[in-house]
Amino acid sequence: MLLGPALGLSAVLFSLGVAGVVLRRNAIVLFMCVELMLNAVNLAFVAFAQVYGVGGYLMVFFVMTVAAAEAAVGLAIILAVFRHHQSIDLQNINLLHG
Amino acid sequence: MTLSPLAVQVVNEASAGGPGGAVRLVWLTIALPLLGVVVNGALAFVRPRARALVSLVGPGVLLGAFAVSLAIFLELRAAPPEAPLIVTLWPWLHAGDLRIDIALQVDQLSAVMLLVVTGVGSLIHIYSVGYMGEDPGYARYFAYLNLFVAFMLILVLGANLPVLFIGWEGVGLCSYLLIGFWFTDKANADAGKKAFLANRVGDFGFLVAMFILWHTMGALDFVTVLSRAPAVLSAAAATWITLLLLLGCTGKSAQIPLYVWLPDAMAGPTPVSALIHAATMVTAGVYLVARTGVLFALAPATGLVTAGIGALTALFAATIGLRQYDIKKVLAYSTISQLGYMFLGVGVGAYTSGIFHLVTHAFFKALLFLGAGSVIHALHHAYHATHGHDDAQDMRNMGGLRRWLPVTCGLMWIATLAIAGVPPFAGFFSKDEILAAAFARGAEQPVYYAFYAMGAAAAFLTAVYMARLMAMTFHGTTRVGEAEQPHLHEAPVSMTGPLALLGALSLAGGLINLPAFAGGHEALDHWLEPVTRAATALHPLSLPTGSTEHALLGVAVALGVIGLWVGYRTTLGRPILPARAAPPDTGLARLLYHKYYVDEIYDALIVRPVVWLSDKVLWRVVDQGLVDGILVGGGVVGSRWLGRIGSRLQSGQVGLYVLLFLVGAIWVLRVILG
Repeated sequence: MLLGPALGLSAVLFSLGVAGVVLRRNAIVLFMCVELMLNAVNLAFVAFAQVYGVGGYLMVFFVMTVAAAEAAVGLAIILAVFRHHQSIDLQNINLLHG
Repeated sequence: MTLSPLAVQVVNEASAGGPGGAVRLVWLTIALPLLGVVVNGALAFVRPRARALVSLVGPGVLLGAFAVSLAIFLELRAAPPEAPLIVTLWPWLHAGDLRIDIALQVDQLSAVMLLVVTGVGSLIHIYSVGYMGEDPGYARYFAYLNLFVAFMLILVLGANLPVLFIGWEGVGLCSYLLIGFWFTDKANADAGKKAFLANRVGDFGFLVAMFILWHTMGALDFVTVLSRAPAVLSAAAATWITLLLLLGCTGKSAQIPLYVWLPDAMAGPTPVSALIHAATMVTAGVYLVARTGVLFALAPATGLVTAGIGALTALFAATIGLRQYDIKKVLAYSTISQLGYMFLGVGVGAYTSGIFHLVTHAFFKALLFLGAGSVIHALHHAYHATHGHDDAQDMRNMGGLRRWLPVTCGLMWIATLAIAGVPPFAGFFSKDEILAAAFARGAEQPVYYAFYAMGAAAAFLTAVYMARLMAMTFHGTTRVGEAEQPHLHEAPVSMTGPLALLGALSLAGGLINLPAFAGGHEALDHWLEPVTRAATALHPLSLPTGSTEHALLGVAVALGVIGLWVGYRTTLGRPILPARAAPPDTGLARLLYHKYYVDEIYDALIVRPVVWLSDKVLWRVVDQGLVDGILVGGGVVGSRWLGRIGSRLQSGQVGLYVLLFLVGAIWVLRVILG
């Protein structure tokens, strides 16, 4: 079984996603990085399902559903933000700073 | 709240038949004046001008209370109980071993006090109808006066120290309210405050005495305490308790060192001075000592202190009275001096004599104050009619008033003879008994001879200043202005009536304890014997008899008569100038006029340091520096500083939030996993 390498890949992908969310400023990229993190988790679920049973597969479908819904809502928000600010650079969108 | 007695407990089964109807109704004596408070208090708010109703309710409730008191007295006389009858109204403080009930105690002593308070109180209430009739605060005045009587009755009826203390504080409150009755004048409000503060010092002693008593004996009701004290209480504990009680008494009864409030208390209406500051409230200390006589008998040192304070106060205040010009101030110092006699009496263990003098003093001093009120009333009206601005209380503005106020003058002479100790007036017998008792104690401890001498000297001075008061007020040539003279008139019947009754009592009051040499059988002695028996058994006192007694009597009478003659002659022997033309006093007279500068000394030694401490230390350092600056201000600075740090994290940058979230998540994972 490829549990070890699969989990390692999942961790790398997740870390890339986190790094993207933390470092990048473009809202679309940031959004894509979130998707990357979700899919890294999906990969981990699938890998675990090989060993511990089908529950992992089930979880993956839930995550994909949520990701789809999130994509719809998230893109709508990004559109609205762009209309308001004429930009999707998150560095400029900091109205909540203390 | 139910006012009906839940149980009447007969402490001593031997008392025949138990308490009858009247004793069970003792709560009425308190409830009736309280009813007056409610009605008059309500009227003061809604209908301040309803004089007729106030005049009916105010004195009416007092007469009702007097009727009940009389019934109780007659019942006790028919079947004198050996032990006090306790009427328990309702439980009050039950916590752990502490058992305090709202309970009233009816015995021979409280019956005497009941009669004095409600009897003299009724007369003064009736007098007030005339005296205060034109005052805009008429309803308020009667509400306060009724409240005072209610508290005074709680004081004399309380079956334990805490209940007595309710009355003790309550009369203090009413005294404060009535001294400052005309509170728009700042001096009056200040006088009320002074009385209140001086009494607080005394109350501290009273409270600590109660704590020690509870600590050592585990009981606060008189029956238990007084019966067990000789077996349980150590001499040291008894001394401490009684000394602290005595401190309370010096405050309430205006003795050295806390007497200073009483002369200022004359700022109140004159009937108030008569009722509260002469006849009843200020005698509460004497009552307390007589009531707890067993404790004082267990502490001979306190007895010595009590008698010493009494004798010293009697003499000290009498000297000040010699040189006062305000007619009420003279009477105030006279009251302090006479209270000193009472303390001398109870201090030497002659409890009956102290109470006897309390009763006779209530009669003649109330008469003197009310008579002075009648004089002030007349002069005040005359000045009012002519728009004069002279002081209606300054005796230098009086003189020759006998012509216009013959009834007042005659009645006040009766009181003067009574207070000067001229037989057969009331004061003669009571004062003589006290001096004889002090003299008798001298056989044990010679220092009591000194107390006797001080008392005798005070008796002489009493006669002098009273004769001076009468001469300056009623005799000689008048110093009332020509314009005012036609407006002077005798007081109305509502005022002279009570005066006449008090005059009769001052004349015949000595009969209640007529000594054997005068053909009596010491009725009050026998009456109070069940109450004082325990204390006198611990510290017996044998009064002088035969030739010694006659010699003492002769000295007392001679002092009184010579004093009156001296006072009268020296006063009228030289011309008196009206107050506005009079030169300031010099020498000793100046010292006496300024009351030995005691107020100034107290001001410098106590008041100013306290004010300085409050202002410079407690306010500026502790309050402004510590509380406002460091605690309040420091808290503000600290939270602002924390807020600044916290707000740095709120950058608005999503990336930072995610990073922090991540750090937090990792930290939580670390904690959970391991």
